[in-house]
Amino acid sequence: MHLLHVLFPSGLFTADFMVNAWIAGSAVAVLSASVGFFVVLRGASFAAHAIPRASFAGAAGAVLAGGDTLVGLAVFSGLSALGIASLSSRRHESQTTALVLTAALGLGALFLSLGNAYAPEVYALLFGQIVGISRPDVVGILLLLALALLATAILYRPLLYASVAPDVAEAKGVPRRRMDILFLLLVALAATAAVPVVGALLSFSLMVGPAAAGSYFGRGPAQSLGIGVVIGLLSVWLSLVFAYDTGMPVGFFVAAVTAVFYGLGRLWSRLSEGENAARVSP
Amino acid sequence: MAAFIASLLTLGATRTALVIGSLVAATSGAVGVFVVLRGQSFSGHALGDIGTTGAAAAYLGGISPLYGFIGVGVLGGLGIETLGERARERDVATGIVLSLMLGIGALLLYFMTQRPNPGSGPVAILFGSIFTVDPGVTGPVALFSVLVLLLLAVLYRPLVFTTVNPQVARAAGVPTTAVSLLFMLAIAVAVEESALVAGALLSTALLIGPASAAVRWTRHVGEAVALSVLLGLLAVVLGVALAYQSYAWPPLDRGWPVSFFIVMIVLLEYLLSRIGRRTRQEPATRQVP
Amino acid sequence: MRNLQPVAGQAQPVLELAGVRVSLGGRPVLQGIDLSLRPGELVGVIGPNGAGKTTLLKIILGLLRPDQGKVRIGGHDAQASRSLVGYVPQSYTPDPDLPLTARDLVALGLDGARWGFSLGGRNRRAKVDEALNWVGASSYADQPVGRLSGGELQRLLVAHALISEPRVVLLDEPLANLDLRSQDEVVALVGRVAHERGVTVLLVTHDMNPILGVMDRILYLARGQAALGTVDEVVRQDVLGQLYGHHIDVVRVHGRILVVGGPDVEALTCTTCDA
Repeated sequence: MHLLHVLFPSGLFTADFMVNAWIAGSAVAVLSASVGFFVVLRGASFAAHAIPRASFAGAAGAVLAGGDTLVGLAVFSGLSALGIASLSSRRHESQTTALVLTAALGLGALFLSLGNAYAPEVYALLFGQIVGISRPDVVGILLLLALALLATAILYRPLLYASVAPDVAEAKGVPRRRMDILFLLLVALAATAAVPVVGALLSFSLMVGPAAAGSYFGRGPAQSLGIGVVIGLLSVWLSLVFAYDTGMPVGFFVAAVTAVFYGLGRLWSRLSEGENAARVSP
Repeated sequence: MAAFIASLLTLGATRTALVIGSLVAATSGAVGVFVVLRGQSFSGHALGDIGTTGAAAAYLGGISPLYGFIGVGVLGGLGIETLGERARERDVATGIVLSLMLGIGALLLYFMTQRPNPGSGPVAILFGSIFTVDPGVTGPVALFSVLVLLLLAVLYRPLVFTTVNPQVARAAGVPTTAVSLLFMLAIAVAVEESALVAGALLSTALLIGPASAAVRWTRHVGEAVALSVLLGLLAVVLGVALAYQSYAWPPLDRGWPVSFFIVMIVLLEYLLSRIGRRTRQEPATRQVP
Repeated sequence: MRNLQPVAGQAQPVLELAGVRVSLGGRPVLQGIDLSLRPGELVGVIGPNGAGKTTLLKIILGLLRPDQGKVRIGGHDAQASRSLVGYVPQSYTPDPDLPLTARDLVALGLDGARWGFSLGGRNRRAKVDEALNWVGASSYADQPVGRLSGGELQRLLVAHALISEPRVVLLDEPLANLDLRSQDEVVALVGRVAHERGVTVLLVTHDMNPILGVMDRILYLARGQAALGTVDEVVRQDVLGQLYGHHIDVVRVHGRILVVGGPDVEALTCTTCDA
């Protein structure tokens, strides 16, 4: 206990708001890395960036209508997921993602100017407020976590199949289009949980970075997913410690730490690729 | 109608908005066609966001945000170009670069708000508005637009070749890597100048929207570029006019946001092109990893 | 449609197409296709681009419904018998850093379409091991698929197709982009699939020459129509001439067969052409 006090400033683990931050942050890390595994597998970072970002407009709309921001986030992230899915054909996914995102943000700009443009709760959602999370928020996030983890577990095999070998999976009866939609809805679910904690701008950092690093370090899908979750947890925990220590925004540390893990993953992959090439070509 | 247009042009802020908006829309529209054909929408969007971090740094350092936008945008573009070779790797690398830059942006904004007098700097950088642009940037923006269009003109033929069939282009001796790198430079400058004057949101809308519609409506790359420029100009002019009108609309007495109008017009153009396309053949588009 | 060799033998046909006609976008792609394949038969599907080869595969896979006619696999409707058909897709090129090992890919062929995690089990692992072993892929079972050579990957895809114990396996251009040695190895493997395991194989290829040694019959597609029979029965001036609708020369040189004719036929002898 004494050693802990020397290493960490007091209150890091005991202050009420920090306890909430640890729980909510860990839950979001696990969820984002799990969904992120499929984001990285499918090369869908743009959707993972756009959906939470677009959901920000929903929060602005909720403030304008006097509703709950979490409902606004959920509605807009769900709608933008469905929008991307219904407008996209395989070849044009990135341009429709961009258009859905700008449309949502355009609405957001309107909502902000119609309402009180400087509502603090809206700006908090831009960069997250991990240390401002209340006990009821924590309960909500844990419920979303349970729901999303259940959905991921159920979808795991067909989604994996459709992501790594879409042609064969389709021939085996995995409906390609339905998998595309379910995947985007899964991202929307993760975004709804992550945005209040890490913010609309940076919640995709937790989806892409740890999962990408995990897929470099791991061999099979299960191993990669597991390593991704561990890296996600480490990223959030380190960021919380740094943020508590320095008072600087936690989002910055999340982005920086996940980028470092990603860099290490690429380095690792580069080194083992060299080894492998030596093995394959005699 | 003529009186309305005349009144639009007499207002200083509106005139600047129209001039700068048109420059930006034309440049983005032309570059956007290749961005769409090459499947680089994510990079194009990410560069707009990345630039805001540069602008924040420039603001803190006391230099013009223009150089912050362009400098960081070009660096980010080169980073994405070198980190990602294959499609999936490129997608993830773009995401990581974007995430890191947004994180640094969050830090810089935090530093700004720690200052005794933050002013409207942070908000202006996040949600730059075409109506609050300093008329003094018209010159530099025009210069950068001309430079981008010149670069595009020089690159035009090898770029079309590389876009339509990269393998054959490489075999035919087109320096595809250099072409891609130079084109990324063109995207970066086009996106950053529009992010500076119109905000990151509009820069993405003007880059991707008119071009996506134009590509669906035409059969040749040249026609697509021309139509895309026209559609972009239409969106800006109509959007500024509507925003000007909206000062008279309820519930605000300060007007609806111009970015809302421009984005919605762009979206409408795209949706119309999807309906109109049914009867036409798709041009030879191909995504390049 | 010319079915030059009447179906002989006692065995019940595994794959039957009767009077199949398909149009895509108002244009007929296949018409009047009748064929009946026995267990353990290896049939090469040859034809120029746009002849309907891919459409034929999609119909057998149950991904496309014919406008007319019937497709029956093992006596069932094609839509209801997906588990009876294995499939090796054209040009599967996973990224080098795809987090998927050879073993994982084969396992997905067993139960990848089911919901939830797989609960593993010794039985499942044994089946995967056996499939890997049978195609000779055991030595790289735990390597990432993205780092395998083209020939290694094709073996793996064959294991992936076989593990669900199908009665029919479809291979779409499995020899494209392979060097000659790998081509020979894959052809020999596919021959074993048909003749050792008794699985009916349809192998789509641009060039019939590499598979002449293992092919039992040839299904020649052109202009949406088909001719089925042995090579000697089908690859003839008169039969192909009628199929193409213009004069065709069939040249035999050094044990190789070249089909030479009108402008669209040149591709037939091109072994490196892409689809």
